[in-house]
Order: sequence, then C-alpha cells, then structure tokens
Amino acid sequence: MSLLEVRNLRVSFGAKTVVHGVDFAIAPGEKLALVGESGSGKSITALSLLRLAGDAHVEGEALLRGRDLLALSEREMRGVRGGDIAMVFQEPMTALNPLMTVGRQIAEVLEQKKALAPAQSAQAAIELLAKTGIPEPARRALAYPHQLSGGQRQRAMIAMALACEPALLLADEPTTALDVTLRGQILDLLSDLQRASGMAVLLITHDLNLVRRFADRVAVMEQGLVVEQGPVEQVFARPQHAYTQRLIASQPRRDVAPAPVGDAPPLVRADGLRVAYPVPLPGVRGWFRKGEFVAVQGAGLRLLPGQTLGVVGESGSGKSTLAQAILGLLPHAGELQVAGQAWQQPATRNTPHNQALRQQVQVVFQDPFSSLSPRLTVEEIVGEGLRVHAPALPEAERRARVQQALADVGLAEAQFPGLLARYPHEFSGGQRQRLAIARALIVGPKLLVLDEPTSALDVTIQQQVLGLLQRLQKERGLSYLLITHDVEVIRAMAHEVIVMKDGEVLESGPVRQVLEAPRHPYTQRLVAAAQA
Amino acid sequence: MSSSTSPASLSPARRAWGRFKRNRLGYWSLVLFSLLVALSLAAELISNDRPLAVRYEGQTYWPLVKDYPEKTFGGDFDTPTDYLDPFIRERLAQGGNWALYTLNPYGKNTINYFAKAPNPAPPTRDNWLGTDDRGRDLLAQLLYGFRVSVLFGLALTATGVLLGVLAGAVQGFFGGRTDLVFQRFIEIWGSMPELYLLIIFSAIFSPSLGLLLVLLSLFGWMGLSDYVRAEFLRNRQLDYVKAARALGVPDGQIVWRHILPNSLTPVVTFLPFQMSAAILSLTSLDFLGLGVPPGTPSLGELLSQGKNNIDAWWISLSTFGVLVATLLLLTFMGDALRDALDPRKADR
Repeated sequence: MSLLEVRNLRVSFGAKTVVHGVDFAIAPGEKLALVGESGSGKSITALSLLRLAGDAHVEGEALLRGRDLLALSEREMRGVRGGDIAMVFQEPMTALNPLMTVGRQIAEVLEQKKALAPAQSAQAAIELLAKTGIPEPARRALAYPHQLSGGQRQRAMIAMALACEPALLLADEPTTALDVTLRGQILDLLSDLQRASGMAVLLITHDLNLVRRFADRVAVMEQGLVVEQGPVEQVFARPQHAYTQRLIASQPRRDVAPAPVGDAPPLVRADGLRVAYPVPLPGVRGWFRKGEFVAVQGAGLRLLPGQTLGVVGESGSGKSTLAQAILGLLPHAGELQVAGQAWQQPATRNTPHNQALRQQVQVVFQDPFSSLSPRLTVEEIVGEGLRVHAPALPEAERRARVQQALADVGLAEAQFPGLLARYPHEFSGGQRQRLAIARALIVGPKLLVLDEPTSALDVTIQQQVLGLLQRLQKERGLSYLLITHDVEVIRAMAHEVIVMKDGEVLESGPVRQVLEAPRHPYTQRLVAAAQA
Repeated sequence: MSSSTSPASLSPARRAWGRFKRNRLGYWSLVLFSLLVALSLAAELISNDRPLAVRYEGQTYWPLVKDYPEKTFGGDFDTPTDYLDPFIRERLAQGGNWALYTLNPYGKNTINYFAKAPNPAPPTRDNWLGTDDRGRDLLAQLLYGFRVSVLFGLALTATGVLLGVLAGAVQGFFGGRTDLVFQRFIEIWGSMPELYLLIIFSAIFSPSLGLLLVLLSLFGWMGLSDYVRAEFLRNRQLDYVKAARALGVPDGQIVWRHILPNSLTPVVTFLPFQMSAAILSLTSLDFLGLGVPPGTPSLGELLSQGKNNIDAWWISLSTFGVLVATLLLLTFMGDALRDALDPRKADR
C-alpha cells in the first residue's frame, strides 16, 4: 500500500489553472523525483500537499495513509506538517529564522511536536545536527544561520525537517542554491538518512543528474501535467513522451570550431591581475581607514581570437570580479590588455580611449530579468549601443540595424508582431537572454564576456542559447570569456579553461586536459561532482 | 509565454494606469477631484460680484473684464459699480435692460453691505452657506480657498518632488563619501525647528504665499529623497546598469534613461499623500495666523473664524466638510496608486 496517494490534483490561482489533474503515489521508503522546468507546477504541487500554497484553490485528493490531507482541518494539518510530512526548501538562508540559533530552532520543533523538556530538546538538537554531518555540532547549535556556510545551513535545515522522524520528506530543489561540490554531499546525506530512517522522499528538481543519482522512480511534469512516470532507469533509457525525450537530450552539445593552430596575438592577455574592493574596517579604525578585500589575486590568462576561455569556479571565487575587470568596470592593478590595449585607469572613467575600447568588449549577464531595464522598449534597449558609438547614424538606419541584430539572435517580427515597441516583460527568460545578446553584438565587439549566461534558464532553453552562441562564434569569429560554475557548459563551449578558487587561478589549460586529467585536487573534486 | 496573448504591448506605466483605473474608488476620486479643481480654476465664472454681461439701454457691457463707473448705469459717483447695490440692480432690471449674474453673486472679498442679518449670518437664500464674521459670502470663500489650497499644494509637491528626487539621485548614484556627507547634512537640516523658523520669518518678512512656498519647500523634500536614494542605490548595481556602463553610456544618460525611470515608483506613490500633507500644513499655518496674508481666502483662516465664533456652526461645519472631502479624495487616490504600482499585485 502506498504512503501517499495523490489523485487528480488540480491547483488554480483565480481563473488560471497551474496544475491540471496530477496523479502519483509514493510507497513507504521510496524516493520519487518530480522533475520539470520552471512553470511546470512541480513546486506548487508539493506545497499544496501541505496546504501551504497560499491563496491557491486546490482540488482532488491527497491520501496520506488513507487520510485525505486536502479535507483535514487546519488544526489537524498542523499536526501533519513537520510531523508526518516535513519539508526542505531551496534557500536555507531565508527558510531559517535569522534571529534564532539553529540549535534553538530545531529544539523548538521538538518541544512543540514531541513535547520534550527544553534540556532534552537542546541535547536532541545537537544529536540531529551531528547526524547530518556538521562538524562540532555542539558549537554549531549555538550559531546563527548567517554564521554557517551554505552547505551547513542546508544541513541544519535537513536536521530540522528530520526532527520528528517524518514518514515523508518533501525536498524542493534542496541543492540548487549550493555550489556544485556541495550538491553531491547534500544528496548523499539525504540518501543516507533516508536509508537509515526508512522515510519516503519526494525530490522536486529540474536537474536530471540529481534524479539519476538519487531517485527510485521519476515523474516528469510539463505545464501542470505528469507526462510520464516510471522507474528511473526505464525512463532515462527509454523515454516514451516527446517532452521527456527532449529533456533528456538537452545536455549541452559541443559544436565549436577547433582551436586554430598558429600564434595569433591573444585578444585578452592578463598577468598578475589584481582586483580589490575597499571594505569598512570594524570599530573606530574604520572611521579613518578602509580595509581591502582582494577578490582577484595574481590572475593570468590568454584568450585567442575566435576561441572561448571558460572560467569555472564556485560562488565567491572571484570569477565575476575578473569578468568585470576585463570589461573595464572595476579599477584593477597588474597587467591587462584587451585587443592590444589597456584600460585607462581608473577604468570606470569614460575617457575617449576607454569609450573606444568598450566597443570591443561586451557582456551578457546571468539574470535575464535584471539585465534589461523594464521601462525601455526592445528598440531602445538594443539600439542603445548605436546611440553611444554611432550617434550620427540616421534613425532609419539605426532601426534597420536593430532589426538585423534581433534577426541574428533569432527574434523576428513575424514571431512577435510589433517587436521593436515591446517591453522586456513580454518575453520569456530565453528570449530575454537573446535580447541581451543582441544588445551586446550590435556594436560589433570582438570579445563577449558571458557571465553565467545560461544558469538562470531551463535546460532545454539553455541548450538553445548555447547553440546560438556557438553559431555566432563560428559566423563572426567572436571570442568568448565564459564564466560559469557548470562543468557541462564548459565542456560544450570552451577551448581553454581556467579554474578559480578564492580569487586565485588554480589550474589552466586546454579543456580536454583540465576536465579529463585535472591536476589540482580542487579541480578533481569539481569535475567529479559534475560527473556524478 | 504570455507574449502571444497581449495584442498591443503596453509600457509598465500604461499597465499601472490600467490597474489604477480598475480601482473604482480611486479612479472616481481622481475624476471628482479633477472636476473640483477645474471648477475652482473657473471660480470667477461661478462666484463673482460682477455680472458676466450687462445689457443697459441698448449697449452691452462686460464687467468681468472691464471696470465701469457707477455713472454708466445711472449712479451718482465715478467709483466702480457695486453690482450688489439694490439701486443698481433695479436700474439693470428696468425696461429692456438685463444683467447675467454668476451662480453665486459674490467674489472672494465681496462684503455684502446689504445683508439683512448681522455678521456672521446663517445660511439664507442670498448667502447659501451664510457669511463669515466680516460679512463675506462663505461659499465664495470656500471656493476660492479651495483653489488656493490646491494650487499651493501642487506647487509645494512639485518643488518637493524636484528637490527630493535630485537630492536622492545625487546621493544614491554617487554613493560613498557624497552620500555620507549628504546624509549628515540631512540629519542636521531635519533637526531644525521648522515651526519656529516659520514664526521668525513671518515676523521679519511680510507674509505671502511665495515666502511660505519657499520656507516649506526647504524642509519638504527630505522624506522623499530617502526613498529615491534607496531606489538609486539598489538600481545602480543591477545588471542593466552594468550593461549600459559596459556599452560606454555616459553617467548622465545612465541616470536619466536607466535608473531614474525605474526609481520613480515611490515618488509617484507618494504624490497624493504629499499633496494632502501640503494642503494640511498650509491650513494649519493659516489657522495659527502664520500663513497667507490677510484678505487671501483660506480654509485655515475660516477654521480659525469658526473657532472664534463657535455658535456660527455654518462656518466650521462647511469648512471642515471641504477639507475632509479634499483630503479623503487625495487619500483614496493615493491608495489606488499604491496598489497600482505594487509589483506584487497581479496584472490580470
């Protein structure tokens, strides 16, 4: 008999239905993965099981050991939440109370649900933290969430969820906010705890690697419907539904011109590049002097024309800072030459020299929602570069160039009537990223800095955008400086790779050498985490 | 996604306007308020002691735009005609003569010397809302007083917004030391006793609306500048600003085209509230006798009359009514505007 049986679950917000009749079941001790892209309704399905979906209207049945969760009173529901079903969220920093120590937060759950005495619950909280593999649990229990690292916070979150030995754990993208090397660890932890306690886990994710590594069965959701479900091996080996096939085939594909032989002068050359930020010093000293945070220390790199240099590292490794220094948006020391010229210092100043150099180097950012001003039209956004670098261009000519740039990135008037007068909010994430690429390319740069260009996109869209970038590179001989944490993207795009950690370049070389025979232990860990 | 469903593309401002219009209370408040302002701007055509047109012995006169001596209409003196004089009225009604009076035949400073009851007089057929303690028609006073209040409120809001946005933009965009110095200046400036300064200045200079506007503007921008500063600090480090920098867009353009339009939400949201605060502050200063010069119609001055003549209920009641209605309409508009600009509110 199944532990949880969901029958014909429908969720709607007002007149808009987001989940159209979903059926699935979880047996006790089973690991089911609910996989789908953003907007597929997977998270809202999980939240509505706990009746935490806000003002959504939920219909159907969700039988937990024969009891319909959707028909329980709010009072009975409180017993179920945390007791029978616990939840782990994506972002532990916001899911934990910043004003309470983690130990206290876990103890509170125990006091409420198990009616333990405070002394007992504090001890139990430390034991729970120990179980999740946090070093020095007794000390960590007294720490506030901000004093823990991202991985430790997620472990504390899991400890809290497990406090009452739930029969079912809902894990909503539990590793998405974490660095790659931590993702595997957290997933292993969940596996171990699941095996030890025999609880069932419903893993909600968009990451197929996690599904393959973790789950027994998988249910694939698309636009509010479960289009396919079955054992993981079967679904991955023989996907039946067209969408599942597309999803599984959406691994980034390598389709780039081979590295040209010969010694063309490098487009970007950096030696001993150093970027530091002023930071306030604590106490009275900070009134008079500023401290210094060195984000990039002694970085050296070469990027040849027509090639892609991948910069891989975790958050805080200084890779985005490096990108901004190359873009001439941050003051920097050491040697840095772009297209044979250095930025006039301070690089943030718009001198004629810097202005001319800016035409050679353009950028595409990660978040397609914050990288386009919401109050400008497509024509204004894409045409901005021409206003700056070709101010004498007649209006009609400028418009024609904007249209050409949009067509180059696959956005056509036929597909979007009135394209030029549209505003960014009318486009999806992938289309916005194309707009950002068009804005960068219209001034005819030689180097495009891609700062996590596909990290905020769904896997199928990611593949399309990478394909577009590969095509543009081949057509125009562009060089890319590709910043990412995703080893798969590097594998698909890069010719050369540098690996960064804590502001320093640990390893560099051709992509095959770095990914297949990594020398530095950190690179080895990074590559291993991605292959799992 | 939703791109194919919307036929015409609407700018964010247009969409906010659509949401505002869907809030019936706020929308109709805006309509009614605009109507009242329009009426008060045309106050001379509604409430005036001169007729709009006079036909006297075969000739047409336009007293609204031209002064005519009393002799023109058979009076004894060369002084400007008092059209409320029963004698003149009689002359103008004789034979084929006629005069087209405004709806309320009293101007802002007209004293009805021919009133039957002592001042302040309760509402009668002649003075629909009664007269104040100097014998001026209350309806005319309210109409002109409302106009002064609204125009003053608009002017004060405009200067406050201008100064506030400018100060906030400078602090937020440059940040760092500029921001630090400006913030300390605001703290010092904000701790000055505004009311005492007003009292001192109204003792030194002769009171006038212009002086009040300057004095109140000096202090009215600080609340808004904090919001604009915060918005600028947030927006200037967003990716679209970085992208514009990478394109080499000059600083001025970045502020004007990119940051400013995206930082104006709190400003627009606060406009009606700022305006009602401005009207209220003018009213309170007038009430205290520190405001507009004598002879200017003013709601605050009427309120103080109502306080001094507590048994003349028509003064305090009608002034209070006008004030409450004005502030309420502004508040309803402000609420609707705030909801319309709330990013969390759904579009459809």
